Amino acid sequence: MSFETPDFSLALPEIWLLGAICVVLIVDLFVRGSRRSVTFFLTQAVLLVTAALAITTQWGVTETTFSGHYVVDPLAAMLKATLALLVVLALAYTRPYLEARGLLQGEVYLLALFATLGMLIIASGGSLLTLYLGLEMLSLSLYALVAYHRDSRQAAEAAMKYFVLGALASGILLYGMSMVYGGAASLELAVIAEAAASEEPPLLLLFGMSFMLVGVAFKLGAAPFHAWVPDVYQGAPTPVTLFISTAPKVAAVALFLRLLVDGLGPLHETLQPMLLILAAVSLLLGNLTAIMQTNLKRMLAYSGIAHAGFIVLALAAGTEAGHAAALFYVIAYGIMAAGAFGLIIVLSSAGTEAEQIADYRGLNERHPILAGVLLLLMISMTGIPGTIGFYAKYLVLKAAVEADLIAMAVLAVIAAVIGAFYYLRVLKVAYFDRPEVPPEGSQKPTGPNEGSVGEGEGATPSRPDGAAGTVLVPGASLPIRALLVVNGAAVLVLGIFPERLIALCQSVLGAG
Amino acid sequence: MIELSNFLVLGALLFCLGVAGIFINRKNVILLLMCIELILLAVNINFIGFSAYLDDIAGQIFVFFILTVAAAEVAIGLAIVVVLFRSRGDINVAALDTMRG
Amino acid sequence: MDPVLVEWVLYAIVLLPLIAALIAGIGGPWIGRVGAHRVTIGGVGLATVLSFWVLYAQVWGGAAPLDITVYTWATVGNLSFEIGFLVDRLTAVMMATVTFVALMVHIYTIGYMHDDPGYQRFFSYIALFTFAMLMLVMANNLLQLFFAWEAVGLVSYLLIGFWYTRESAIFANLKAFLVNRVGDLGLLLGIAVLASAFGTLHYGELFAAVAEAPDQTLNLFGAAEWSLITVACVLIFIGCMGKSAQVPLHVWLPDSMEGPTPISALIHAATMVTAGIFLVARLSPLFELSTVALTVVLVVGALTAFFMGLIGLVQNDIKRVVAYSTLSQLGYMVAALGVSAYAAGVYHLFTHAFFKALLFLAAGSVIIALHHEQDMRKMGGLAKYLPITYITMLIGTLALIGFPGFSGFFSKEAVIAAVGYSAGGWATFAYWLLVLGVFVTALYSFRLLFMVFHGEERMDAHAREHLHESPRVVTIPLLLLAVPSVLIGLLTFGPMVIGDFFKVDGSIQVLATEHGLAYLAAGYTGVLGFIGHAFATPVPYLAFAGFLTAWLLYIKRPEWRPRVVAPLAPLQRLLEHKYGFDWLYVQGAAGGGRALARGLTLVGERWIIDGALVNGSARLIGRAAAGVRQLQTGYLYHYAFIMVIGVLLLITLFVVRTVLA
Repeated sequence: MSFETPDFSLALPEIWLLGAICVVLIVDLFVRGSRRSVTFFLTQAVLLVTAALAITTQWGVTETTFSGHYVVDPLAAMLKATLALLVVLALAYTRPYLEARGLLQGEVYLLALFATLGMLIIASGGSLLTLYLGLEMLSLSLYALVAYHRDSRQAAEAAMKYFVLGALASGILLYGMSMVYGGAASLELAVIAEAAASEEPPLLLLFGMSFMLVGVAFKLGAAPFHAWVPDVYQGAPTPVTLFISTAPKVAAVALFLRLLVDGLGPLHETLQPMLLILAAVSLLLGNLTAIMQTNLKRMLAYSGIAHAGFIVLALAAGTEAGHAAALFYVIAYGIMAAGAFGLIIVLSSAGTEAEQIADYRGLNERHPILAGVLLLLMISMTGIPGTIGFYAKYLVLKAAVEADLIAMAVLAVIAAVIGAFYYLRVLKVAYFDRPEVPPEGSQKPTGPNEGSVGEGEGATPSRPDGAAGTVLVPGASLPIRALLVVNGAAVLVLGIFPERLIALCQSVLGAG
Repeated sequence: MIELSNFLVLGALLFCLGVAGIFINRKNVILLLMCIELILLAVNINFIGFSAYLDDIAGQIFVFFILTVAAAEVAIGLAIVVVLFRSRGDINVAALDTMRG
Repeated sequence: MDPVLVEWVLYAIVLLPLIAALIAGIGGPWIGRVGAHRVTIGGVGLATVLSFWVLYAQVWGGAAPLDITVYTWATVGNLSFEIGFLVDRLTAVMMATVTFVALMVHIYTIGYMHDDPGYQRFFSYIALFTFAMLMLVMANNLLQLFFAWEAVGLVSYLLIGFWYTRESAIFANLKAFLVNRVGDLGLLLGIAVLASAFGTLHYGELFAAVAEAPDQTLNLFGAAEWSLITVACVLIFIGCMGKSAQVPLHVWLPDSMEGPTPISALIHAATMVTAGIFLVARLSPLFELSTVALTVVLVVGALTAFFMGLIGLVQNDIKRVVAYSTLSQLGYMVAALGVSAYAAGVYHLFTHAFFKALLFLAAGSVIIALHHEQDMRKMGGLAKYLPITYITMLIGTLALIGFPGFSGFFSKEAVIAAVGYSAGGWATFAYWLLVLGVFVTALYSFRLLFMVFHGEERMDAHAREHLHESPRVVTIPLLLLAVPSVLIGLLTFGPMVIGDFFKVDGSIQVLATEHGLAYLAAGYTGVLGFIGHAFATPVPYLAFAGFLTAWLLYIKRPEWRPRVVAPLAPLQRLLEHKYGFDWLYVQGAAGGGRALARGLTLVGERWIIDGALVNGSARLIGRAAAGVRQLQTGYLYHYAFIMVIGVLLLITLFVVRTVLA
């Protein structure tokens, strides 16, 4: 048996990213306090280069290296570029928020970079081992990110819940992997696929598949493995929530495509009913519970569960069109979620978190442009034509109907209609409800006597720190607001011209 | 020679113990970390059993990786426990219910 | 050098006005008034130059018609939704007309809207309109046409209600909106019929498919078979009737005069309302296949031409007179289409755009001079105060009534002659309506001219003191529009109508060889010969009679007027009530609709839908949601337990399906 040197150049994006992380780590040691932005810009530059590398070195290549543990194909290249760019988008929102709260430290960006590295590895995972390592690298970074705001009780609670449930999920996934290993006698997905395609696939493979599905569903936030989602979304600092709800979702779809399509694709017939149950429960539970929410972040969390239901439905179709629909959906969701949480970030200032839906009363009167972005995002999440959300849902339903899952498609439409209720309610609050004017107790007729003037001055400072229902003052700077507007516009532009992105998703998955 | 099924039964038992420990334990967060370790150990036993049975070294290598990851996982878990304790003053699982519904 | 049409020119023509509109609309507060008009005039001006270049390339440069698909928006089954451009001579002529008139109106607006607080908004709207109208004429498929059709309608709606605090403006724009919906429904249904039958929306493919199978039928009601082409054409023509304000969907156009005058000139005279004529000409290969549809077109056009002109006789609002004249002239164009004389119809559209825009802008100039007074009974003797306005208005009027040599003469004469030469009872009927219409046209036109510019000065003293000629931004567009109003007929009539201008490149297709224009062409010996020939028909004499009548009744012997009017009192009442269309629609259609809606609201909406379905299902969902919410207890061990149950569920499912099976 001769030793074969692996082709390192194929894994250039990951190698570059790892090296760059080390550099950022060291640079961050030497920048202090106010110059912390250096880390931020460096991180963004690193990610952009990673995306560029993924496209230039991996697009159009189909090869494996590291003895089959690492796969390069158009899907991997496309996923990596998408992931890196989504992380860039997500991180772009973080800086002013963290700065205003004295939380701007290099760790956030380093953890995000490590999470990104994990996601890239998932995208190129060619064996159970690589996929597991990528997944853990992503998960561990995310646990730390959620707990990042150390003085927040909610963040600590959220992190604990996320950590324990996440460890449980990855334990179940691993248990499934051990079974699959036993059944197929190999860790390589290509070999596993051969074993799965045989006439009588080993029972161990089927058992293992059920367990592995749990791990994927957990990452995707599909019910009944969703319980962490609302608490983590609500408890984590908003920029972290934004991060969790964008790129890692794409990574979860990538994990599914690698593990359960590349690896166990031949067993789809057994997998399909499980996926359908996940989809149905997610759609109903997500949409129903979202209706009852008063906290916008929590509402978006439940809406995320409902969106996960749509993604799982697309995956349940089992066709290339279905996989492409899932990929398009999750990218669309990433853009929409980034916008929605970005809006919360923009409207939060050092003192207030714009979390309560009631805080958005009269938003249109005070910030018509931000209200316009909210409008776009909400109608896109509802799936109204002219926005990217519509095409996402349309492709999923089309794939489902073509795969003869008509009853599920009907259920999905009904769930989407229920979902419209809470999205539109946010708009109703923002556009039609009057803001509660802070009590103007200090306003007295300005009399000629000087005493009343002094009284008025004394009462003024008590106003800004009013409790719930205070007037939101955007804390973010102009570039972030501009980014938000661009993000909102992207939802619209991609909703009117979705053809390119759809074609891309279909081409990397061999559909159409 | 120990049969493969013995490995698998032991693995399954440990796995179930670990999982049950997570949802039965209502007191201490540290116990949760131990249960998670138990799950990972169950997986390790499975891998080693299969590896020996299949005469394939890959499974045992996987176990090394799992051990490493488990160490990292526990490190992060304990760090979170510390954060939790600093902010709340106790690490009772039943008290982690400020967010619900 | 052979000019080659390059795509970026087309992009630029379309996008420049759009970008300008966006800048003026969104950036209005920042760029200020001057910035707004500079940006939009710059954008539209460039588009105009490029449009003329396209026209030059198409007509003299020998460029081939261009049919490109720019973007495939979506594909559903075999049906592609695309955005694309078709540029042939018909399109090129329309583009040049639209951009030129739009440019004039943009410049004029600087003066007309000088003191209006909505200045930037107004410029944004008219630039947006230019964009939409260009998209309409440049479309190479019915979907894009429909989009642009709605877009121009939208801008029209916004502009009629531009002064949104006026009660009457709101009523007028609601009316325009509703009436146009009726027409648009027809258009949409027509497009749907074609799309479902032939599976394409692209003009070229559609025409080819239709030519292969022209005799398809479909069953609408019961077993009766209808010719598919006829149904589609009539439905599409209903859309044209709405947009081009043909009887009985004309009621919105006079009311649209509530909008600012530049809009009346641009949208409600020169461009948007002619979209219907353009559409029929564009779809000539379809209409040619259906005699029934063409007859409908002819009769509707002729009726509109005559009866709407009559209403113009009793109006006292200066803009409304011009509006009814527009209706009447649109009727002429439509009638020409009805006898397959598409070239004549489009040519009348072309000349009409110039002189009607001129008339409107001149009327606007009068209105500015009198501080937004529109009642002609409070005018008179203005000729000496507003010399430029007077002369240009006179030119416009002469063109409108068809004074020999002016542009309107050629186009109208061609229309009438084409209808006259056509065979058939309906054509004869239409011919006489059109001929009588000439008399009516001359009568109301000169009535307007005399009431406004001659006779005694009836305005109050205060207004008279401030009378002076309008500023140059107003008069220059008038002068620039006056030039084509006079000359364009002499220069272009021969090639465009008599020659094969539109046929060479297949812009317009005419099947029959023996149609009115062919006869006209056979006897054509040149411009002068054509003028001479006209004197052998009653048309010039009727026009002169109209002028004479107006002169007698309003200048020479005003005291005769009561005596003439008295025996005609019932007719006058009928005309003042506009034949009762408004009453019928407002009381009958709108009132009946509202009564029906009230009934349905009570029974259907409140009891069945709200009570049982909406609130019922909302209650159900609310309860379910409250129940599901209980699952999220907040306890970590419950969450873990839910996950374990999930795992067990999946395993059970798998065991039941695989192991036991």
